[in-house]
Amino acid sequence: MEIYFFYMFAGGMILTSLLMVTRANVIHAALLLVLTFFFLAGVFVLAGAEFLAAVQILLYAGGIMVLYLFSIMLMNVEVAVRMRQWHRQGVVVFVAAVLLGLEIWAVLGEVEFAAPKQWEWSLGATPGNVEALGAVLYTKFLFPFEVASVLLLAAMIGAIVLAKRTIER
Amino acid sequence: MDMALEVAVAAIKIFIVVNVVQLVVAYLIYVERKVIAHAQLRLGPMRVGWHGLLQPIADGLKLFLKEDIVPDKADRVVFVLAPVMVLVPALVVYAVLPFSATFYITQINIGLFFVLAISSLGVFGVVMAGWASNSKYSLLGALRSAAQMLSYEIFLGFSVIGPLMLAGSLNLQEIVHAQRDVWFVFYQPVAFIVFFVAALAETNRAPFDLPEAETELVAGFHTEYSGMKFAFFFLAEYASMMVISTIGIVLFFGGWEGPDFIPLPGFVWYVLKLSVFMFVFIWLRATLPRYRYDQLMRVGWKFMFPLVMLNIFLTGFLKYLFL
Repeated sequence: MEIYFFYMFAGGMILTSLLMVTRANVIHAALLLVLTFFFLAGVFVLAGAEFLAAVQILLYAGGIMVLYLFSIMLMNVEVAVRMRQWHRQGVVVFVAAVLLGLEIWAVLGEVEFAAPKQWEWSLGATPGNVEALGAVLYTKFLFPFEVASVLLLAAMIGAIVLAKRTIER
Repeated sequence: MDMALEVAVAAIKIFIVVNVVQLVVAYLIYVERKVIAHAQLRLGPMRVGWHGLLQPIADGLKLFLKEDIVPDKADRVVFVLAPVMVLVPALVVYAVLPFSATFYITQINIGLFFVLAISSLGVFGVVMAGWASNSKYSLLGALRSAAQMLSYEIFLGFSVIGPLMLAGSLNLQEIVHAQRDVWFVFYQPVAFIVFFVAALAETNRAPFDLPEAETELVAGFHTEYSGMKFAFFFLAEYASMMVISTIGIVLFFGGWEGPDFIPLPGFVWYVLKLSVFMFVFIWLRATLPRYRYDQLMRVGWKFMFPLVMLNIFLTGFLKYLFL
């Protein structure tokens, strides 16, 4: 049962990503990216990481993509559509993609994946791991967690400084 | 239970909930018109049926039969999808809301988080509508609403953390059970105030209805919409008002559980509390003038944000000391 859902989500993800990078209209591309995030959240749920799935939707779809759309809306999309869409670098891209694909193939071939857990699926309840995630995040991985927060804070301050400089000029 | 049977039961429940919600929404609009009319010493709808009771049906029929206009310069696909993108998240959230001890569609252990995540998607429909209409009023409304909803979503998310710390679960049904003795509003008054203000802003209700400020922006992001598409925006607004009220009831007012000395079924308690919330929403619209945009942002970031952070800190501190 899960495997069909997985193929549905994974297929949807590939399809929407392909559509996303081939659209000329940036707004359409952004909306398709939101759809991709949805399919990814579906895959997370199948992997038993429902907290991550909700974070994926809340932060990426509901937060970051809205900001993207916000800034895209301020530019003139019709002009952007008429601009050159291809840089005629197909050969370079193809070679790079093949190399990257081979690399991923080689690395993934050596990894031994744990057998997928067989959840007892029912509509009444889902297996929970929110508490476990919180406990691990604030004990075992506290240091990386804090480092990530400080990095984000630094990026935020940097963005504010850059934005403020243009306002003051 | 057999899988197929389970799915069938869930489908029936979904059918009931979706239809009841839409009917209730239609009558909420009627109640809103009546309450505001009486607040302004008018009578409101009186012609269709006794005291205008059939007005929502007439309005619905009118909207169904109206000509459906898509502006020439509009982006057709996005323009048509936008009302759907507003309504669907508002209705999907009902999947996890507990209406009584036994009646709910499903319970998931990230219930509250699911509600926050899905309802954060409503802003997409608004932004899509504003952009696709290709009209300056719509675009301005959409820009305003994107900034407003993003900011207030943060306060909304932080204001629920206090009650969550007390309940120790994201499952909405368990949060209700945790309040059997004392409603969390007594422990978390500050969180409730922030939650309520953020809820008003999230649902674009007065005094924060800047995205559709009719005095400046005609009708904001849905200026160019007509017929059923326009009705979708209306349905979504009221459906998400009920969602956010239900979340408020679950987090702060004991959900479907009432005091023991008045033996009423859980569902009746839920409906009573929901009615009070809805009345306050409408009452505020009749009473308060609209905030200016810079005031809205200032209140949010410089007052509510520090307040809610302080609340989380104090809750954690007191919980560590006394529990």
